[in-house]
Amino acid sequence: MLDIAIQIVGLILCVSLILNLYRLLVGPKLPDRILALDTMFINGIALILLYGIALENAIYFEAALLIAMLGFVSTSALCKYFLRGDIIE
Amino acid sequence: MIFFVEAIASAILIFGGVFLLIGSIGLTRLPDVYMRLHAPTKATTLGIAGVLIASCIIQSYRQESLSISEWLITLFLIITAPITANMIAKAALHHEIAPIHRTQGQELIVTAKDRTPPPSEAKED
Amino acid sequence: MKPTKFRFFPMPFHTFLLFTIWLLLNNSLSAGHLLLATVLSIIIPWGVSSMTTERPRIQKPTLAISYVFLVLKDIISANFSVALLVLGPLKKLQPGFVAVPLDIKSELGITLLASTVSLTPGTVSAEISEDQKWLYIHALHLENSEELIQEVKSRYEAPLKEIFGC
Repeated sequence: MLDIAIQIVGLILCVSLILNLYRLLVGPKLPDRILALDTMFINGIALILLYGIALENAIYFEAALLIAMLGFVSTSALCKYFLRGDIIE
Repeated sequence: MIFFVEAIASAILIFGGVFLLIGSIGLTRLPDVYMRLHAPTKATTLGIAGVLIASCIIQSYRQESLSISEWLITLFLIITAPITANMIAKAALHHEIAPIHRTQGQELIVTAKDRTPPPSEAKED
Repeated sequence: MKPTKFRFFPMPFHTFLLFTIWLLLNNSLSAGHLLLATVLSIIIPWGVSSMTTERPRIQKPTLAISYVFLVLKDIISANFSVALLVLGPLKKLQPGFVAVPLDIKSELGITLLASTVSLTPGTVSAEISEDQKWLYIHALHLENSEELIQEVKSRYEAPLKEIFGC
């Protein structure tokens, strides 16, 4: 039963990632794209954890933790750049 | 694996997955950037927590010892999700990205961007 | 920077936090990791305690714990309400901006309030005014702005004010 659940959630996550990719490519303004990227990071963490469960390997947890931290730092760096990048104020 | 543990873990896993999907659907479906902020910040918090709790249950069961390091990611994401949302909202306000026109209280966007008190209060002072 | 008297535990809370996180990261309770966690959690605060700024102390620990549970409960209810709003018809949604007057003075209190507002039903905190007296909130579905302001103030701000006593 767990195998089926993992397959279902894997499918769900792939669909979410495609939806995020759509927003990343289309999203009219830069904040939309940053938001899409941030959501992609979170879906990526979930996908890696799912992979860890499927392969019965606990080491994927560390990768997920690293991605969580990198995701936060890169999102805030992008936002800061977008805030300060405007020279004429 | 015992049927009972497996059933609970699967249910929590699917619950989390559905919320992650709802967050992404909201990101795609909602009309402007301020409304889009709501879906990912909230839905993904519970979604990722569901996946992590399921992972915690399964790993604890397999290793036959309590595995609680997953809580670290959950806590980290609960703390950082509102900060990310706030920074994206700040960035959007700073560039005066227009919300859809049925938004109420649009006069607040200019004052929020300048970080000054709202207009109605400024007149009273 | 004024020289301060040497203290063995300059930051007791952070010592505890470092100790717990080290054990969580390694996911073990073996003697070696316990020893390493103890040493690290004592040495690191010695180095960084001079960099910290003054922060308000928690006056009422029991209220703080009940506040954490209130927020956790609201996160779960927020998820369901936002999920319903997102999947429902979009034409009915009435988004809006609201300015909430703040009574809290401390920076930590305002940060916690803004984070709580972002995690709870239908609201995201967007910006704070320079004099730290107004919090700008965007609501996904705004029916009555006065009601929302009152709810934020009574439900989240009042307990936070009491916790930090300012």
